[in-house]
Amino acid sequence: MREVAVIGVGMTKWGELWEKSFRQIFVEAALNAIDDAGVDRVDSMYVGTMSSGIFVGQEHVGALLADYLGLAPIPATRVESACASGGAAVRQGFIEVASGTSEIVLVGGVEKMTDLSAGETTYALATAADQEYEVYHGITFPGLYALIARAHMEQFGTTREQMASVAVKNHFHGHMNPNAQYPFEVTKEAVLNSSKVADPLTLLDCSPITDGSAAIILCPVELAKKISKKPIVKIIGTAQATDTIALHSRKDLTWLKSTADAAEKAYKMAEKTPKDIQVAEIHDCFTIAEICVTEALGFFERGEGGKAAEEGRTTLCRGGTPVNTSGGLKSKGHPIGATGVAQVVEITQQLRGEAGERQETGARVGLTQNMGGTGASTVVHILETD
Amino acid sequence: MLTAQRYAREIPQRYRLEAGKCKKCGEIFFPPRLICAKCKGREFETVKLSDEGKVITYTVIRVPPTPFADEAPYAIGIVELKDGVRITTQIVDCELDKIKVGMPVRIEFRKILQEGSAGILCYGYKCVPA
Repeated sequence: MREVAVIGVGMTKWGELWEKSFRQIFVEAALNAIDDAGVDRVDSMYVGTMSSGIFVGQEHVGALLADYLGLAPIPATRVESACASGGAAVRQGFIEVASGTSEIVLVGGVEKMTDLSAGETTYALATAADQEYEVYHGITFPGLYALIARAHMEQFGTTREQMASVAVKNHFHGHMNPNAQYPFEVTKEAVLNSSKVADPLTLLDCSPITDGSAAIILCPVELAKKISKKPIVKIIGTAQATDTIALHSRKDLTWLKSTADAAEKAYKMAEKTPKDIQVAEIHDCFTIAEICVTEALGFFERGEGGKAAEEGRTTLCRGGTPVNTSGGLKSKGHPIGATGVAQVVEITQQLRGEAGERQETGARVGLTQNMGGTGASTVVHILETD
Repeated sequence: MLTAQRYAREIPQRYRLEAGKCKKCGEIFFPPRLICAKCKGREFETVKLSDEGKVITYTVIRVPPTPFADEAPYAIGIVELKDGVRITTQIVDCELDKIKVGMPVRIEFRKILQEGSAGILCYGYKCVPA
């Protein structure tokens, strides 16, 4: 298996981009990645998108986007794993380069969500849960994570203040990210007093509805050394795992087993431990998700995730492991299929020392964790620079 | 879109709580499956789930999906039935602030939602305080 490098990254400003189409936001991000890499060709591409069919009535997006990027006739494949679609696409791109099948692979993620009404968007997102045995009964995604939150509070004594501190921290990071949808800070009181969505979660516990895209360029490390003018960032670990589709089928509601399983494999492949991770982008679709993920990744003991966030152990430049320096899904936004790719964009910029105001000093090893549904899918990547 | 065919397929589960019990290891699956996730057995017998259980976790939905727009706020939780099977179900006939983790509940047959502009009634299980 060949070693794989990320030689280009691209993103655009995320938000409610009413004036821009699905294909346009994708092409903008992809061109940014191509320009960043300085390559004059792409051999193959993967696109992560969760629900373009519902959001913009468009399937067959691999061909569409290759066409509008001027890349036809290269192979172009859409990858779907709900909210982990982007991470799963990155993994497919990695495998294609590592296997020797292609030299230069573009991996993009995109979602155009704001054309629909709130009710229609809620429906589209709920398709990531069990339609017949969860959604039929009136549950929503905030509702499912609220079920996890209540269980975490009962089991470990996690508090609402601890959950709010995750939102405060991610907005603090995000206010330094010009591409974030909501680049402003929020207070703990604002989170706790925002409107109720699904008890105990409030509006500011939830990631927003976003239009956005992100893209990266992968190639063999040997080729990167010849053509790249930037520090070489290698993907040294990749793993993906699944769990039950329905939250209620799990014996342990607060343990994200797919994340723990994927992380274990990725750490092994990368020959790293949680202690080696210096910066991480993880799936904070809801504040409680970030707490559970930091536990499943082994950053903290079980039940300690909330306390750790509150103590600033996941905040930039505080001596711990900064989590979601980009602002995370919470502040940067969550255009579903783009999220997992944008995580790799952020970690690559951190490892290159290009993260500007939100740079974690001296970061050389970073991790991304992208999760679908209530954790029925997880993709973990570990990246390193020399 | 909840089509008539899609609805009809789930009737044994939703109306009669029919589950599949693995003949090899005894694990009960709801809804029934073709292969046991525990022992890979492929032979099952149809059993009826217990209609008694307790609340494992719950939430109150304040921002509802479209089919439930007129019902919010409403409570929904994960309930563990006496046979160990867990289901997601609404918790009704109970003040929202009286719901507690561990609360004993009983399953009842209820209307779940009205589908589409014609308002076709769709049924299933909800739980009430025992």
